[in-house]
Amino acid sequence: MAAILEKKYLSSNVVEMVLEAPHIAATRRAGQFVVLMTDEKGERIPLTIVDSDTRKGTVTIIYQVVGKTTTCLADMNPGDRLYSLLGPLGRPTEIKNFGTAVCVGGGVGIGVVYPIARALKETGNRVISIIGARTRDILILEEAMSKTSDRLVVATDDGSYGVKGFVSQVLQDLIDSGEEINHVFAVGPVPMMRVICEVTRPHEIETVVSLNPIMVDATGMCGACRVSVGNATKLACVDGPEFDGHQVDFDLLTNRLRMYYREEKESMEDFRCRCDGK
Amino acid sequence: MENNKKREKVPRQIMPEQDPAARGTNFDEVPLGYTEEQALAEASRCLHCKKPLCVSGCPVEVDIPGFIKLVSEREYASAARRIKETNNLPAVCGRVCPQESQCEELCVLGKKGEPVAIGRLERFVADYEQSTGDVSIPAIPTSTGKRIAVVGAGPAGLTLAGDLVKLGHGVTVFEGLHKPGGVLIYGIPEFRLPKDIVEAEVEYLVRLGAEIRTDMVIGRGKTVDDLFAEGYDAVFLGVGAGAPVFMDIPGENLSGIYSANEYLTRSNLMKAYRFPEFDTPVARGKRVAVLGGGNVSMDSVRTALRLGAKQATIVYRRTEAEMPARREEVHHAIEEGVQFQFLTNPVEYIGNERGWVRGMKCIRMELGEPDDSGRRRPIPIKDSEFIIEVDMVVVAIGTTANPVIPATTPGLETNRWGYITAQEETGETSRTGVFAGGDIVTGSATVILAMGAAKKAARAIDEYVRGLG
Repeated sequence: MAAILEKKYLSSNVVEMVLEAPHIAATRRAGQFVVLMTDEKGERIPLTIVDSDTRKGTVTIIYQVVGKTTTCLADMNPGDRLYSLLGPLGRPTEIKNFGTAVCVGGGVGIGVVYPIARALKETGNRVISIIGARTRDILILEEAMSKTSDRLVVATDDGSYGVKGFVSQVLQDLIDSGEEINHVFAVGPVPMMRVICEVTRPHEIETVVSLNPIMVDATGMCGACRVSVGNATKLACVDGPEFDGHQVDFDLLTNRLRMYYREEKESMEDFRCRCDGK
Repeated sequence: MENNKKREKVPRQIMPEQDPAARGTNFDEVPLGYTEEQALAEASRCLHCKKPLCVSGCPVEVDIPGFIKLVSEREYASAARRIKETNNLPAVCGRVCPQESQCEELCVLGKKGEPVAIGRLERFVADYEQSTGDVSIPAIPTSTGKRIAVVGAGPAGLTLAGDLVKLGHGVTVFEGLHKPGGVLIYGIPEFRLPKDIVEAEVEYLVRLGAEIRTDMVIGRGKTVDDLFAEGYDAVFLGVGAGAPVFMDIPGENLSGIYSANEYLTRSNLMKAYRFPEFDTPVARGKRVAVLGGGNVSMDSVRTALRLGAKQATIVYRRTEAEMPARREEVHHAIEEGVQFQFLTNPVEYIGNERGWVRGMKCIRMELGEPDDSGRRRPIPIKDSEFIIEVDMVVVAIGTTANPVIPATTPGLETNRWGYITAQEETGETSRTGVFAGGDIVTGSATVILAMGAAKKAARAIDEYVRGLG
């Protein structure tokens, strides 16, 4: 089973891990993800592949510690082995020379938008990136995004760093300033992606979002991750995870993400009790 | 003649079962298996026909009179070995095969009375072998140097792997999930097929020499062509009909509405029935409707009962007579308190303010003329809509082909439903060296039919790779 090779905290609750996965590294492309389990009793969770190294045979993941599985994962260390690691899954991002492409990343979503920005840059796009976080301490990947972008704008909700406000406002200002934008990629919390789509819709700027619904097998078998795009049901795991943001039913996505809210809390509490008991 | 008469007097032995009241709350296996005395009594009923019709009803050609004779002689381990000469998964088949429409349907005793309980005897000897740990490994011939890649570790893939390893070929099975077994692991619940039984059967194949690599989805990342490039001489596709089918009616994406694949995968593979000991949750509906009348529907509805449903209802658009589920499964469901709404079809779901399903608008149906399947076609009765209150729904109306392998394998022909086109007697596809069998060829069928197709493909692959020189 895949070994954890490196572990680094990017902020107080966002972790980057490098995993040993030669066959995933060999074919993985921007936009694809892995599914992992920490242990035999664990849940299968999807995580975007942020980076890979074919020579070393490794893939990099970034995740926010939010629930039981990510807490367990963050407790693991280099040398530990995952119970299961599957990938690459999902359709790769459609990368071509759009002209000027804007990459918007919010919170841990910056980790998802980073490989897309890099692939766009390598394909000759002019890349403008807008990344944001609630506050300075939890902003991640600024340097990496800076390297891969022609222009980088940072925003924080509380104004502790960069522009004060939401990434959507930065994008709105950019459009208002007369910047010609040919394509937008937006990855982050659902409300952020929804607002970004509303910003670009009147200007008819193609906007691709990467969706993160609950998944189980993530190979097209179960239908847990169904989303509605242009009134058609799609499976995010095999038809996505990226879709035309102007067609996505974000209300449905929000509801379905809440489906196990109670159980997720219960699982976390049960876990805390067991940890405290140790 | 007199001897035969005496034998026929022994009645078909009834297999003991868990009490319906008790089992409604646990996931332990429902049928408990024969005792030795019962097995001996049942075995004594076999007439040992010179031309045994039962064998012709078995897709994997088990020597039925032969193993039953060994049971009568109390040579249970030998009986298990006799079955395993042609069937690599006897403990599974003894439980989930529809014997009543295969071997037992053709049993001569069945003409006047009850057929020999072949499946129960198969289960008895397979369990005997597993419980004693006296699992012998047949001699494997010298390596042929040929390598076969098997895609999918379900009933077809495992059967084929066993047969080819026993012929001296090198076999690697690639499985997408983190555990091998396919539908035996993710689909069929513990109360019908305990997972340690499946694990023991898989372990047997590994001991025979098959290599199983989990977490490998062929078609994403590594493709069928990559497998040939890596030096495999032939590829067998036994990936099943894994994609869920929904009805495409309004409200179907509301929370609380599952495909049977998801519901059963959560409960069986991920062990959500033991949440929070296991991390994966599953909704525990109080008023549950399960759509469809097949075995998967029965598995789903009986799972829902065990997970605390106060009301668990099968909603089926035809009548009881048309239900494809095994009688035994329907019988178990009724015993456990499952209700049935026949001639009923949902047309729309109604959600609450949180987007969770709270009602299912249905329409009454009547049966018209027979359709392509030979069953009478259900027709909606005008203005007969009514609402069933539900807080969870499982859509178990079938599955279809997952398109990932055909989409990434140039030259691999499929039919108009996306199933792979393969020769019935050999499993040969339109691509040289690529064989296929099981649900990905036939559409959703049974474990044993997939195994039967795999046996034929194994013979054809053996011949093909030997011909490569």
